[in-house]
Amino acid sequence: MRTLFKFHGGIHPPGNKAQSTQHGIARAPLPSRLVIPFRQHAGDVARPAVRVGERVLKGQLIGTPSGFISSAVHAPTSGTVAAIDMQPLPHPSGLSDLCATLIPDGNEEWVARTPLDYRNIPAEELRHLLRMSGVVGLGGAVFPSDLKLRPLRAHPNKHITTLILNGAECEPWITCDDMLMRERAAEIVQGAEMLRFMLEASEVLIGIEDNKPEALAALRQAVALAGLAFEVIAVPTIYPGGGAKQLIRVLTGLEVPSGKLPTDIGVQCFNVATVYGAWRAIAHGEPLVSRIVTVTGNVRQARNYEALIGTPLAELLALGEPLPDTDRYIMGGPMMGMELPSLDIPLVKGGNCIIAASDQLLPPPPPALPCIRCTRCAQVCPADLQPMDLFWFAQARDFGKAQEFSLFDCIECGACAYVCPSHIPLVQYYRFAKSEIRAREQDKLAADKARIRYEFREYRIERDKREKAERLAAREKVAAAPAAGTADAARQEILAAMERAKQQAAAASPKNTDRLTPQQQAEIAEIEKRRAHIRELARSGVEHHKE
Amino acid sequence: MAIFSSPFISKPDTVAQIMFRVLLALLPAVALYVWNYGPAVLVSIALASVTALATEAVMLKLRQRPVAPFLRDNSALVTAWLLALAIPPLTPWWLIVLGTAFGIAVAKHLYGGLGNNLFNPAMVGYAVLIVSFPAQMTHWPSPLGLGQAELGFLDQLGYIFAGTLPGGIGPDAFSMATPLDTLKTQLHLDKSMGQIFEMPIYGYLGGKGGEMVAFGFLLGGLYLLAARIITWHIPVAFLGTLFAVAGIAHLLDPAHYAAPLFHWFSGAAMLGAFFILTDPVSGPTTDRGKLIFAAGAGLITWLIRTFGGFPDGVAFATLLMNICVPLIVLYTQPAVFGKKGQP
Repeated sequence: MRTLFKFHGGIHPPGNKAQSTQHGIARAPLPSRLVIPFRQHAGDVARPAVRVGERVLKGQLIGTPSGFISSAVHAPTSGTVAAIDMQPLPHPSGLSDLCATLIPDGNEEWVARTPLDYRNIPAEELRHLLRMSGVVGLGGAVFPSDLKLRPLRAHPNKHITTLILNGAECEPWITCDDMLMRERAAEIVQGAEMLRFMLEASEVLIGIEDNKPEALAALRQAVALAGLAFEVIAVPTIYPGGGAKQLIRVLTGLEVPSGKLPTDIGVQCFNVATVYGAWRAIAHGEPLVSRIVTVTGNVRQARNYEALIGTPLAELLALGEPLPDTDRYIMGGPMMGMELPSLDIPLVKGGNCIIAASDQLLPPPPPALPCIRCTRCAQVCPADLQPMDLFWFAQARDFGKAQEFSLFDCIECGACAYVCPSHIPLVQYYRFAKSEIRAREQDKLAADKARIRYEFREYRIERDKREKAERLAAREKVAAAPAAGTADAARQEILAAMERAKQQAAAASPKNTDRLTPQQQAEIAEIEKRRAHIRELARSGVEHHKE
Repeated sequence: MAIFSSPFISKPDTVAQIMFRVLLALLPAVALYVWNYGPAVLVSIALASVTALATEAVMLKLRQRPVAPFLRDNSALVTAWLLALAIPPLTPWWLIVLGTAFGIAVAKHLYGGLGNNLFNPAMVGYAVLIVSFPAQMTHWPSPLGLGQAELGFLDQLGYIFAGTLPGGIGPDAFSMATPLDTLKTQLHLDKSMGQIFEMPIYGYLGGKGGEMVAFGFLLGGLYLLAARIITWHIPVAFLGTLFAVAGIAHLLDPAHYAAPLFHWFSGAAMLGAFFILTDPVSGPTTDRGKLIFAAGAGLITWLIRTFGGFPDGVAFATLLMNICVPLIVLYTQPAVFGKKGQP
């Protein structure tokens, strides 16, 4: 029996998982139209590889990865590309992005699929295959999986010792991973062995919350059948126990250092659905064109569906038969999900759950009262923060202090807001403060760049004037005074000035955004995009709260 | 329409509910008060409550804040009850009104209202009264059956509202020095500890009657712990420190220093440990901070009781430690996830 560890805090919200686990995964019917965004992953948008009017087959590449952090996009079924244009995405403010609209022909005709045995393929080739199969993290971060399987060049002496499969699924209502584990455990285990092989990890731990006994049993059986030495571990049901850093802590006792990645402590973590997707991509040659999604909440028939990427959410939700008083929709769970502006948007790779909501099911919070410093928030914070202090700083717009008190270690799990007896929208304040700080840092960076440019221009004008005057003087004298020395000195001066400018720039860059790994940069870029819009929301919310 | 962001669910707990449970937790002590000293304390509580709510409403109005939601949060009632239970149960009405109004208006609302006060409003009210009206504030009625004169409920009402007593007796007839006070004065008279504790006002652990009320506060405090309204840190550190310093002194010189259990069950020690020092607004937020804060209060309480000029030290200990809260919190920040072992 493995010794499990604890992380600080956590909450026990009602699970509401039974509703959607009464029946097995059903295949969602082929929709009338699919809208496939070219960016469903962290990083750069995929380049369209098809033209409007072109007939495509199921699994055909329609978006080529472009850039270091990027992933491929495929046609989820056979049909005709009707349009390639900007369409609204699942995003709180209805942000649009480049999408292909596909009219299915109903034949579900696959491209040629090549099943491969990973053991005969070099790791580098496998990573390329995963990238070209559009395999990204299905737990929500949608980070391209191939990049998480790279050898750690930065740490030549370190390597991954532990591969963790995240089957915790701690958010209420969501059961897509649970059902996947119950029904497709064997393939998850095969996929885990493939990833372990690629990472050359020495152990594989599969963490599942103990409120999923069926999934635990299914995986234990699958591991035993495969004759592998993986450990399937029941972890205590506590939110946010499925957060990567929290799960790593519970299983290994290790804490991922602040601002670092799990790989820095020799651990790599994948969601079970991602592992399944990776296995299908290599062993069956099937790119990621569908996923399991939970349709639940205020519906007559809650259930999990295997749905094609690009399925309009309205069609997906209709399968659950929403009750008449449904007036809102949430993508993801009630703790970290987002309210959708409309249902006229497609299912994307990161979409794990749709909750139909009503005032009765998810009552809006009562008006906020002042903080009474009861510290319930601090008692439940899984990042060991002092949420009441961060709230105070955010409210006072004392962003420097907020940063000093580790605002950026907040994972926005919402546990603090969940327990707050004053019903303060705490997470909204943290998002607001984070976006303000990021915006200011970018402004500062831009201002520094502009200043350096300006100073160098001033210097150049001055130098040109001086050189011109010197040349003129030299010519007027018609003397044989050597000018080589001056030119050389000027060049030295330019070099020195540029060096100074570089140093100033280095000194002026903000601490938090210095020396980030590409993965972190991609995450930031992605978060930044969301923030720009959330910022508006947060501001409207904060102002509303103040009234 | 406001757009709400995640989380979309929350616990149904409210500030009003927390405050209500604190009131509930005070009931055992209130009942024992009535049992031992008669029903006058109920009048004090009612008077303080009405004053607190009225002051709260006026101050909210003056500060142009919504009145109804804040009146419903029960926080003013908690202040009122705590003050009413901290002062002698038989007190002239104007004293109660003055103390409560001062606590709510100055200590709470001038600092920004609910959640913003640096000092415990009930203790500020208490401090103002004991500094300004020491005579009235030391007229503690004798427990029933111990005084020279027994006052009926109507007599008590007459004293509270009109300041008159039947048959022209003075307050000395029904009141007496508190056990803590008596101890101090008798020690000055070179009486031995054994002689002093043979006096009829002393009970098993503290003063007769008072020790039972203290037990009531202990009971209520245990309920607050069980209901997770307070954490163990403050009561344990306060009572632990008080026990330790009193115990050491008592061991060194039992003739001059009272036993630790006497300190626990005398005066406002139990009230302070579970209800006063645990006020979240004016106390520290970190766990280690709570330990330091309450330990300091325990030490100061013992020092004032033993060497100071006031009969009890809980109120001043609380206020003195309230001053230190921002500093304590700053230096007791817990290590953030992923930053453990780092400066």
